[in-house]
Amino acid sequence: MEIKLTNLAMDFQQTKAVNDLTITIQDGHLVSILGPSGCGKSTTLNMLAGLYKPTAGEIYFGDKLVNQVEPEHREIGMVFQNYALYPHLTVLKNIMFPLKMAKVNKKEAFERATEMAKLVQIDHLLDRKPGQLSGGQQQRVAIARALVKNPKVLLLDEPLSNLDARLRLEMREEIRRIQKEVGITTIFVTHDQEEAMSISDKILLMRDGTLQQYTTPLEMYDKPSNLFVSQFMGNPPINIYKATVNKELKRVELKNSNVHIPLLGNVDVTKFPEDVIVGIRPESFVSETSSKELPQVSISINLIERTGRDTLLSGKIGEQQVRALISSKQQLGNVEELSLYITEFTVFDSETENSIWYFDGEGAQ
Amino acid sequence: MRQAFSKGFIYILLTIGSLLMLLPFIWMISTSLKTPGEVMSMPPTWIPESWKWDNYLKAWEMAPFLRYTLNSIIVVIVSTIGEIITTILAAYAFSRLQFWGRDIVFAILLGTMMVPGEMLLIPNFVTLSNLGWINQYEALIIPWLASIFSIFLLRQYFLGVPKELHYAAKIDGCSNFRFLWSVMVPLAKPAIVTIALLKAIGSWNAFLWPLIVTQSEEMRTLPVGLTAFTTEAGTNFELLMAASSMIILPMIILYIILQKYIIEGVSKAGLKG
Repeated sequence: MEIKLTNLAMDFQQTKAVNDLTITIQDGHLVSILGPSGCGKSTTLNMLAGLYKPTAGEIYFGDKLVNQVEPEHREIGMVFQNYALYPHLTVLKNIMFPLKMAKVNKKEAFERATEMAKLVQIDHLLDRKPGQLSGGQQQRVAIARALVKNPKVLLLDEPLSNLDARLRLEMREEIRRIQKEVGITTIFVTHDQEEAMSISDKILLMRDGTLQQYTTPLEMYDKPSNLFVSQFMGNPPINIYKATVNKELKRVELKNSNVHIPLLGNVDVTKFPEDVIVGIRPESFVSETSSKELPQVSISINLIERTGRDTLLSGKIGEQQVRALISSKQQLGNVEELSLYITEFTVFDSETENSIWYFDGEGAQ
Repeated sequence: MRQAFSKGFIYILLTIGSLLMLLPFIWMISTSLKTPGEVMSMPPTWIPESWKWDNYLKAWEMAPFLRYTLNSIIVVIVSTIGEIITTILAAYAFSRLQFWGRDIVFAILLGTMMVPGEMLLIPNFVTLSNLGWINQYEALIIPWLASIFSIFLLRQYFLGVPKELHYAAKIDGCSNFRFLWSVMVPLAKPAIVTIALLKAIGSWNAFLWPLIVTQSEEMRTLPVGLTAFTTEAGTNFELLMAASSMIILPMIILYIILQKYIIEGVSKAGLKG
């Protein structure tokens, strides 16, 4: 089911938890609501669930305005951070509970519950109580319970944050698999950008109750709409440098250092403000390239960390800190100075912090 | 070695403590088996010279104890069930429902716990006599159908249940009332059993109020019935103790059966009983 939010807002006393949110979520998509804690992502989810009533704006499920519809009539399933399983009921009874409330007859309820248990692979645990299950198993029960009513929308509130790192990876794939299999529109709240990147069709990034960007994970990563988005996405984080634009020489000059990066390709420099911020992702540094005209900088290296897949270099670019991620195949030895090409970078207006230009290698030969 | 020593020390302390607690009971049972002469003898004896088991039979026949027992049972059962129902509903309202003035009302209720019970005897008596309930079951039961302490205890327990459970139940299509009975009550079982037991013991042992509001023999409860052993000529201690021993027995049995729940209930609610 398609979900549409128009000018949605939620105030708690003095604070605006969610501010003027307008988005459309396509049918069958998995959308992550991402942001640091306190950004309004859980509030948004609770409004979708009907647990909070918005102070302004509309929520449409399909063509239907659901602002005044109670949670139980919204045809939603929800998984909570602490799973919220009924501790006194067995796994089977937990999954059957929503059906019992909907007065589905016992035999059918049993069949649907066991079928759902099979889908989430817990059909061997039906007689256990939630307290006897591991975190991952409880998670699966919670998902089965949320899906058993055949809801139109599945809401997940930080479902992975109580799991250990390895299980988190496994459950993340599992949620994606189940979501694809059922084909249900899913909204997934998380504060982990990697989780959001890996699982979502689209990411909705929020900060202080305000929408920052709503787009596909790759686009958000490559073309952040503002400085906050670029810094929130990616690990290790993006390198950020204050710089001034030299319009005559068509280049940016990093402050407090002698480094300048040419602005290549089809770019109208005259519209650039004087002061800008340049963002370069660690993996946008490469040591070798087939194209000769890529901007090139020299880095003095302090620390080399080899993680197997790639190598993390920490050092200085002029007077400023820099982190670069390059292929492990590159033989480094004990170099102190390294010249690297920059394949991509983003220029932000230093006043508004909005992005004004992306360099993606085009225009270089 | 040191550990064994400190453990031994703890056990010795606990043994002394429990013996001290048990002494009155032992004395009661010992007295109940003595002859009238030995009861008064100086120095007192702990073990009766001759074991007068027929004291129990005599005590039972001194007053209509069957009727008293029946009254006590009726009062205990009805007031306990009644109090459990009012407590569950009130505790839920004060912990989970949002309504105007909720916390103020609750604070006022808590405030009433500071009024000593004796202060209320006369106003309550006047109210009940105006209602025409004196010397009726209504007088024995209705004033005791709600307890602020129980509401407070259960409310604390309910507050410990995560609110996500409520949200989940709401999304699953559960009404407030349904959620209360099919999720909250089963979860709070230990607390509810504790409340029921405290209530049953209190109600079974109640003396002053039943004494005041009952006038005829057939409305008396067991503790009030014990006054039958005190006459102008003095008190039949051995018979009084025999009757007391019989009366106290059901509560001890009830406690032993339910003690597992009580410990859990009191400790989880974060309160000392």
